[in-house]
Amino acid sequence: MKEIPGDLMFLKSHEWVRVEDNGTATIGISDHAQGLLGDLVYVELPNVGDTAQAGTAAAVVESVKAASDVYSPVSGEIVAVNDALADRPETINEDAYGEGWIFVVKLSDRDELQEMLDPDAYAELIESEED
Amino acid sequence: MTRKTVLNDSHRALGAKMVDFGGWDMPLNYGSQIEEHHAVRRDAGMFDVSHMTVVDMRGPRTCEFLGHLFANNIGKLKIPGKALYSCMLNADGGVIDDLIVYFIAEDFFRTVVNASTRDKDLAWITEKAKAFDVQITERTDLAMIAAQGPNARAKVASVLGEAAAARALKLGKFVAVEADGLFIARTGYTGEDGFEIMVAESAAVDLWNRLHAAGVQPAGLGARDTLRLEAGMNLYGQDMDESITPWEAGLAWTISLDEGRKFIGRSALEAQKAAGVTRDMVGIIMDEKGVLRHGQRVLTESGDGEILSGTFSPTLGKAIAFARIPAGARDAVRVDIRGREVSVRVVKYPFVRDGQAVVA
Repeated sequence: MKEIPGDLMFLKSHEWVRVEDNGTATIGISDHAQGLLGDLVYVELPNVGDTAQAGTAAAVVESVKAASDVYSPVSGEIVAVNDALADRPETINEDAYGEGWIFVVKLSDRDELQEMLDPDAYAELIESEED
Repeated sequence: MTRKTVLNDSHRALGAKMVDFGGWDMPLNYGSQIEEHHAVRRDAGMFDVSHMTVVDMRGPRTCEFLGHLFANNIGKLKIPGKALYSCMLNADGGVIDDLIVYFIAEDFFRTVVNASTRDKDLAWITEKAKAFDVQITERTDLAMIAAQGPNARAKVASVLGEAAAARALKLGKFVAVEADGLFIARTGYTGEDGFEIMVAESAAVDLWNRLHAAGVQPAGLGARDTLRLEAGMNLYGQDMDESITPWEAGLAWTISLDEGRKFIGRSALEAQKAAGVTRDMVGIIMDEKGVLRHGQRVLTESGDGEILSGTFSPTLGKAIAFARIPAGARDAVRVDIRGREVSVRVVKYPFVRDGQAVVA
């Protein structure tokens, strides 16, 4: 399994967030999640300017096997989306924590981050799921 | 309890992602199902299909029995080794299962039925066989490996003895031969050339390893599904079941209404045909991005239908599907994807055959 970068936080539903210095949050799905989904073939991105609500679906990733909602861990305006995924959805399979980011939200409520799992807690979660 | 094929440890050693399939612990993929798909289309791949049910049927009246049991005409099989694809129907014309049957000798036929339908198939076949004194034997001692792809036959031949290789390479399509203790059939479920090989369980791991060493790439159920759908082949349970007749499942070509043969389900099929078949199975291609999935609603000008098998086609790079829709509906067909109506095209299938796209 790939090492989980220390600056990420996670939802139990396998989305990650990286809070950037400028008050935005970059969101993607975990390496574990891409492994469960298998080869990704399509990503339905939100639009820049849309408003993300914490805990609601903001994007959809589809593998050959299944479609899966991507929940936004945080609320706020969507200020960027990873358009490169339209042509190369497999980027998420290859680099889930880097080039495979999905969208960026301008944080409106930092308290929402309190609920999230740190890398150790997330690693523990997926380990227990595998049993 | 989950059942394991004799190759289970081999799959795990290759790092396969395992899933439950009809009660069997089977490999979904060994890393990337799309790469495995392409390996079969471009070179050679192999599938463990030992979970499938092999049933031998013996007795002087076996041919007569199968003429009664199967909707396709067993009488078409004239030479030993020849295979036939057929549906096995209930009295209402509904599909109990689809299968392949091999003619081995006048008093000896072998059929391969689906793993997911094993229990009901065996019960049905055994019950119906009584009146014909046909002996039914499930061959749980056999494993099965399907080697498929443009280079599959040559690679299989390279691991066989000289005489067996020569006999295997001479096989016509849809014909089988026994050689080197193997039952080698030039059949498959991918739309590519290749062999399906039945092998004694005790020799299966060795054969698998020899094929792997010869450059035949292991491929899982994920690739098997995208390959068969591209090839326009039905999947039992998804494209048809006991509530669906072959007329409604794109399987009219497998029904043989030959003079005087009273097979189970025939009168129901004839009645439905006379009354007019109201639903049709069609091929669907979506040019927009996205993936067609089982259960999605299909909208047509003549009423709604549904997506049966649906997937992303690695060969075409777009979504393909089978759909059951009102008969004759062809224009302005749309699919409801998460509340959005997406236009799709109704096309003839197969979508892909022998490595080439058949539809644009």
